[in-house]
Amino acid sequence: MLEAFEIIPNLPVLVVTVPLIGGVLTIAMGRGKGPWAWATLITGLVFYFTVLLMQQVLAAKTGYISYELGNWPRQWGIEYRVDALNAFILLTVAGVSFVTTLYAQKSVEKEIPQDRHNFFYAVWVLAVCGLLGITVTGDAFNVYVLLEISSLTVYALIAMGKDLNRQALTASLRYLILGSVGASFILLGIGYLLMVTGTLNMEDMHDRLAALPDAVHNRTVLVAFALLLVGLGMKMALFPLHMWLPKAYTYAPSAVSALLSATATKVGIYMAFRFLFTIFGVGFSFVAMPAHVVLSVAACAGILVTGVTAVRQTNLKRMLAYSSVGQLGYIVAGFALANVHGVAGSVIHIFNHAVMKGGLFMAAGAIMYRLGRCDLRSIRGLGKRMPLTMAAFVAGGLGLVGFPLTAGFISKWYLVQGALEAPHMWPVAAVVLVGSLLAVAYTWRVVEAAYFQEPEGESALVTEAPLSMVAPMWILIGASVYFGVSATFTGEISMRAAKSLLGGAP
Amino acid sequence: MIHLDVSPPLLAIYIPLLGALLISLAGRWPNLRELVTLLTAGALLWVVAGMAPAVLAPDFWASFARAPALKIAEVLPGVWLELKVEPLGMLFALIAGGLWILNSVYSIGYMRGNHENNQTRFYVCFALAIASVMGLAFAGNLFTLFVFYEALTLTTYPLVAHKGTAEAIRSARTYLGILVVTSVCFLLAGIIGTYVFTGGDMTFRPGGVFTRALADGSLTAPAFGILFILYMYGIGKAALMPVHRWLPAAMVAPTPVSALLHAVAVVKAGVFTVLKVIVYVFGPAVLVRYGVGSWLIYVAGATILIASCIALFQDNLKRRLAYSTVSQLSYVIIAAALLSPLSITAAALHIAAHAFGKITLFFAAGSIYTAAHKTEISQLDGIGRRMPITMAAFTIGSLSMIGLPPTAGFVSKWYLLQATWETDAPFVLVVVILSTLLNAAYFLPIVYRAFFVAEPKHDVIPHLSSADGEFGDDTDPQHSHHGHAPHVVGPHGEAPWPIVVALSCTAAATIAFFFYSDLAIGLATQLRSGLP
Repeated sequence: MLEAFEIIPNLPVLVVTVPLIGGVLTIAMGRGKGPWAWATLITGLVFYFTVLLMQQVLAAKTGYISYELGNWPRQWGIEYRVDALNAFILLTVAGVSFVTTLYAQKSVEKEIPQDRHNFFYAVWVLAVCGLLGITVTGDAFNVYVLLEISSLTVYALIAMGKDLNRQALTASLRYLILGSVGASFILLGIGYLLMVTGTLNMEDMHDRLAALPDAVHNRTVLVAFALLLVGLGMKMALFPLHMWLPKAYTYAPSAVSALLSATATKVGIYMAFRFLFTIFGVGFSFVAMPAHVVLSVAACAGILVTGVTAVRQTNLKRMLAYSSVGQLGYIVAGFALANVHGVAGSVIHIFNHAVMKGGLFMAAGAIMYRLGRCDLRSIRGLGKRMPLTMAAFVAGGLGLVGFPLTAGFISKWYLVQGALEAPHMWPVAAVVLVGSLLAVAYTWRVVEAAYFQEPEGESALVTEAPLSMVAPMWILIGASVYFGVSATFTGEISMRAAKSLLGGAP
Repeated sequence: MIHLDVSPPLLAIYIPLLGALLISLAGRWPNLRELVTLLTAGALLWVVAGMAPAVLAPDFWASFARAPALKIAEVLPGVWLELKVEPLGMLFALIAGGLWILNSVYSIGYMRGNHENNQTRFYVCFALAIASVMGLAFAGNLFTLFVFYEALTLTTYPLVAHKGTAEAIRSARTYLGILVVTSVCFLLAGIIGTYVFTGGDMTFRPGGVFTRALADGSLTAPAFGILFILYMYGIGKAALMPVHRWLPAAMVAPTPVSALLHAVAVVKAGVFTVLKVIVYVFGPAVLVRYGVGSWLIYVAGATILIASCIALFQDNLKRRLAYSTVSQLSYVIIAAALLSPLSITAAALHIAAHAFGKITLFFAAGSIYTAAHKTEISQLDGIGRRMPITMAAFTIGSLSMIGLPPTAGFVSKWYLLQATWETDAPFVLVVVILSTLLNAAYFLPIVYRAFFVAEPKHDVIPHLSSADGEFGDDTDPQHSHHGHAPHVVGPHGEAPWPIVVALSCTAAATIAFFFYSDLAIGLATQLRSGLP
């Protein structure tokens, strides 16, 4: 019985239950700094759990940890299953959530009315709970349940930006409609798979699909595959299903933009990994079905189109949002290559992009905090007024470009290597490289404005953002530089995750 | 994993980095700040020069292959950021480090004399650029080379955009755009291709890294040829036509930047990389065997002649010098492309020889701008009488460009001509002869104008040595004067003394190189003797 109260064996379930219960309790934390402090505590605790979990997975002989909820065997109950891939994603999501929560205090104080802070942080923690839950579970229906938790909370978080700009409400509504369509497709897909296989456990689904005599011509399986592909595409904002994203990230509260850009779409991509590689398997998704063609064409088009669109934006948050869609294109283009280096590049870019873009949105948020807006005009000459924030922005921007010794370069290296190794996929390498030039174009407009133009109006008087914003920003930007100089840890984890995904069993 | 170490090649990177930090801290006290720059430059040269004897030792190559590289950080599993000293890099680091001292003296005169803004940022970026140059010079593998190559682009960008005018920002965009497009699209693609084909081997070694991949057929001759093209056009800093346009664009920068970076460090980084890739990645003998390098001779030859012709028609002095640089850089490339041991020596020597003459020419151009606020060649009638030292130095620089004794330019031209006879390359011979004539045609008229044409009437005002009054009274980096606004018209003598001292030194060095080129020739010969 005592076993139930130990931390180590129960880690997989703790990363979900702690924020679930903690999130609800946040409401009771009063009106002052209580909710924020509580949320920080919960996310910090969860981050600690994911670090422990990562150690456990690395030490496990089988390469994964299986946890049966309530000790029900997996045929009937829910199995949580953690391997190198989702341990890494869990670590990323929990880590960025923790740092973003640290950052949120000042920003939220300014952007959201005091009397709603407890609700805000409650929803915030629940969103993190949903995202972590999707990542930890090994049960297809459980994925859907937790997807709904994360989606509903995220719609609410975006709508909280309404006090800054009423457009946040329409942005949230648009995401609600498109996100619900996507979620319904995913639910239908899971339902069809259940019809064919009679199970909801991902591993069993895979085994039974593989045992199916003629899966490639089974209409139910095909429809499920198509529904899931579109539904997941919507959730991970794959071009051209990304229409909800730019507006949502632009008008959401600054801290929310930072959180979402680093975690929400990443978890969508994680789901795609699980469905395409673990459940359907490489043979079905990328050999029998032309998923790699569909995905790499969409991803490459996305990289180029959104890159060009980002160059034309004047609002920094919107520019970063379009850049996010392009960067997600890198991740999708990587795993569509279906070889080790491509998939590893994809996995490592989930982490790298999370820290870079999280840091960048924090920098944009710090500018919002001081100036109340963040367009190219208002940041003129800000390099001298807010040196730390603007330096963070430049360092993060260089990461998006993929300059050497930034995390983005590591991703680019793996992706190009993967593209050159796959037969006839060298255009993907070309698109990845051209995409980084587009990133130079949009990053450099900020550099020019901040460092080489004279400030005007109130911008000439602002001072650096408070330390409680600058420090978390630099934690993420510093991480993006550190993992650009020394990517042995992230590189090895990603290679391990890629090998297990391609090998079939996680 | 990150290693911290203080061996000489690493010190050569750390010293300017530390210098940059101290300069930014000393920003409020200009005299202290400039002292830091000079001390940093001196310390750097001392460290770099200390490494030379080991490289010149006769048994250097015997131990080279066995000697471990200096590892800084394991960036990707198995891919290290690492340094290793070899003769070519040694030569490059010596030139850049040595000229940085003179250039710093010159910068003090120029930046103060022209009341430039943001001087602290200027000196910080300059030191960072030098740190990148040192990393580039001592890079131990292709990956490290690429890292510092990009760092050099990035750290020189603020120097090009320095003035912040619309024109400066536009030119800086061209600068960054061309250099980044070429390096990301071609050079990086080539490096990752090399990594894939050689199974992860990117270490520099004499004779190249492709021999095994070519032998076992995993790398075909056409793919080998494409890799070579990717490298040659990926190294945009070598300014091979048609990717040369960033160099004239960079002339918008303050003259010390044009002088050290866009006549020596950055552009030499380009041809240095070309030479390093040919010698240590492809291997001259391998290129000859597969016959994939011959096109480079013709492209470089065309660049030499076309750039010279364009230079002929530039009235802006700095632009004329810039096109002359484009042409001179292709001397190095054409020499390297001949692929014989002697021509490799000539290429390495020309990297050194061209540096002294060209930096003198730019110093002179900046001196004229500071004292007389003249930028166009047509305004230079009779200026030699007002600024005799500057124009005498300019003349020496011109002679070096043409390749006449007793100047540095003659030494490398001698080796290059020897190599053309040895490799039986009449095309190169013709190019060298024509280009010598063109060089004379676009440099000598300037000298003639300065010394032998009378000053236009309205400019003749009693000769005053008033420059010192202008210099030194405005040391505040935040001063509201805009650097580009001329505020002295009419009477002028020589430029402030730091400028005159610096350009006299480089002019003297241009001549001294003719008589005492043992060190450079020693390093260039050492480079050749390493070839298998």
